Amino acid sequence: MATDITQAPDLQAPDLENSALGEINKYDFITPTTDVFKAERGINREIVAQISEMKGEPGWMRDFRLEAFEIFESKPMPKWGGDIALDFQDIYYYLKPTKEQGKTWDDVPQEIKDTFDKLGIPEAEKKYLAGVKAQFESEVVYGSLQEDLGNKGVIFTDTDTAVKEHPKLLREYFGKIIPSTDNKFAALNSAVWSGGSFIYVPPGVKIEFPLQAYFRINAEQMGQFERTLIIVDEGAEVHYVEGCTAPMYTTESLHSAVVEVIVKKNGRCRYTTIQNWANNIYNLVTKRAMAYQDSLMEWIDGNLGSHLTMKYPAVYMMEPGARGEILSIAFSSKGQHQDAGAKVVHCAPNTKSRIISKSISKNGGRSSYRGLCKVEDGATGCKSNVVCDALILDSDSRSDTYPYIEVEEQDVQIEHEASVSRIGEEQLFYLMSRGLTEAEASSMIVSGFIEPLIKELPMEYAVEMNRLIELQMEGSVG
Amino acid sequence: MPETLKITDLHVAVEGKPILRGVNLTIHRGETHALMGPNGSGKSTLGNAVMGHPGYEITGGSIELNGENIVEWDATQRSRAGIFMAFQRPMAIPGVKMADFLRHATTNVRNPDRKEGEELIPMRQFRKELTEQMEHLRMDKEFARRYVNDGFSGGEMKRAEILQMAMLRPKFAILDETDSGLDVDAVKLASESIAAIGQGTTGNGDQMGILIITHHDKLLERNAPDFTHVMLGGKIVETGGIELAQELYTEGYDRVRAAYPDAAATEQAMTEKDAIAN
Ligand SMILES: Nc1ncnc2c1ncn2[C@@H]1O[C@H](COP(=O)(O)OP(=O)(O)OP(=O)(O)O)[C@@H](O)[C@H]1O
Ligand SMILES: [Mg+2]
Repeated sequence: MATDITQAPDLQAPDLENSALGEINKYDFITPTTDVFKAERGINREIVAQISEMKGEPGWMRDFRLEAFEIFESKPMPKWGGDIALDFQDIYYYLKPTKEQGKTWDDVPQEIKDTFDKLGIPEAEKKYLAGVKAQFESEVVYGSLQEDLGNKGVIFTDTDTAVKEHPKLLREYFGKIIPSTDNKFAALNSAVWSGGSFIYVPPGVKIEFPLQAYFRINAEQMGQFERTLIIVDEGAEVHYVEGCTAPMYTTESLHSAVVEVIVKKNGRCRYTTIQNWANNIYNLVTKRAMAYQDSLMEWIDGNLGSHLTMKYPAVYMMEPGARGEILSIAFSSKGQHQDAGAKVVHCAPNTKSRIISKSISKNGGRSSYRGLCKVEDGATGCKSNVVCDALILDSDSRSDTYPYIEVEEQDVQIEHEASVSRIGEEQLFYLMSRGLTEAEASSMIVSGFIEPLIKELPMEYAVEMNRLIELQMEGSVG
Repeated sequence: MPETLKITDLHVAVEGKPILRGVNLTIHRGETHALMGPNGSGKSTLGNAVMGHPGYEITGGSIELNGENIVEWDATQRSRAGIFMAFQRPMAIPGVKMADFLRHATTNVRNPDRKEGEELIPMRQFRKELTEQMEHLRMDKEFARRYVNDGFSGGEMKRAEILQMAMLRPKFAILDETDSGLDVDAVKLASESIAAIGQGTTGNGDQMGILIITHHDKLLERNAPDFTHVMLGGKIVETGGIELAQELYTEGYDRVRAAYPDAAATEQAMTEKDAIAN
């Protein structure tokens, strides 16, 4: 483990000891498809209606889906970002897990178990990731956790269940932060969504530990079109964590989630995502939060792998004193394009935003930062600080920055810094002159580069993330 | 026979431009050498070439460690074989803590055959040693948690270089202007520390061979050079004892330039080319 001269566990240190693991791609998994019921391939009005019917949804949700489908059809593909070569008619939009066939841990391929071990993923989480649900639900600890949350009035469930059990909240907020008209993929998600988390935190309730998707009773496997809605009421606090560093367990090529967050007066929400996708995946995500008076919204977003990721977590600061912070990191390797960034919109006076974006490209990978900072007329006294740093590990790799700044107000303070660096020969030499090998040195420089993000992660994620970066770094220097 | 670092007729080019033009220098363990010379004469270049910087191309001559030519070795190998350089301008490695960096470095240098992924030196032992060495150098404990050279003051950087030397216990150390940027008290402390490390009174008891590159006298007070070398135009033109060092930092290089007109002409040409290039 890491080194530190004090006794405190040290999350930032690159853990170079366990790095002899081989190429990560070896561990991208194939889901056995026998466990699932599939709707027909492709999408049309009937399929959308059928999804709603199979879920037994109320009429308003069915209408919402059908309307979204029409919007999806009418919208062109985005012309920016990455090249999207998708045939929408060749995709399954709804996979219903059959009930009884809960896999057991024994059914999980050894290779996958090994990967989990190498990544140091906790036992309970491993099972969830591998799709083993039965044992998981019976875990006493999670049961009591749910009870504890329930006593405080916290709602934490999957969004499908929430539609049925909490119609009032859903009708008030669902699709209000990100309307179906927002973009083609948000419309698609709105039409065919399934799964995702619903969280409501009542006024003044502060949840001390991070909520993770796998804590949920009846947690479904990571879905293709997840829909997450988080409502943080006045003075409440929550930290939600999704994803994990293990390669995603999936066969479908399109994943398009929508995440909506509302943070009311004096509330705080931190939303952490770590995702590591297989190389064939399009990961097109819309994430947006509205932050009200004196509240704080933080997005922490780590993206690895995928064929193309387009993801720009947004914070709309709606009332005075609201703050938005977005920390993102992207790691792209061969055949991968990460088009990631952030969006901050200052709609009210004295709002503050901060964006830190870091990207690493190696082996011909491509990373782009795409960011928008917007200050609306009348939003005086706003501050925005954007720092984006790209690290390129070899000459085949690429990094671009597309910052957009739209300011309709004079009295604002906006700072934007961008840097692109190649892994410095001088830095490598310095470390090598102290006995580190070239590979150790590069790995150390990369972990240092992403350290500002790693230190914001919950401990187990930080450790996993460091290991994962090491795996990614292997063989990157010749 | 003490261990030896022997540089023979060394020619070094940077970006195709010749800088060193036949340097000869032999250092035995236990000896202290001072290397002086005007700005741009090639002192740091010599250090970087000996340490194995890939940007410093060796176009002729040899560098031998105990008779073995190490010119083809990379910096990792050289470091693990016991060569160390305290840099004139150490690189910052943001996000990497001194302690983590030093634990890897110390492990590798003390266990030169270590493969990546193998055990690091035990935390307890490492921490104890690091704390001791930091106390010697009167460094705050917090220092180990800071990022390598990131935002360090000039003096902190130099002290950190000495700390690394103390931990790595090299056989041969090149100290490139380790006295610059230090205040009066800090130079004194650095000077004492270098002497102690050099004489093996801290660490493993073995003596170092030291090459001190400097423009001043302070480091040399406690580390009296057995030999003083003067570099001019990419060559060592004169070697003497401690009295030569004393002459140079008081009188400057006029006498040397006059005595070695060829080297002085080369120096002239080098600086002119620089001026044009800039
Ligand atoms: N990395 C480099 N890139 C380009 N030129 C270099 C590099 N290193 C050294 N040089 C050139 O080589 C010559 C010698 O430089 P060097 O740094 O070795 O001088 P020095 O004797 O250490 O000087 P100082 O006393 O100022 O430190 C100079 O002309 C310098 O510009
Ligand atoms: Mg120099």
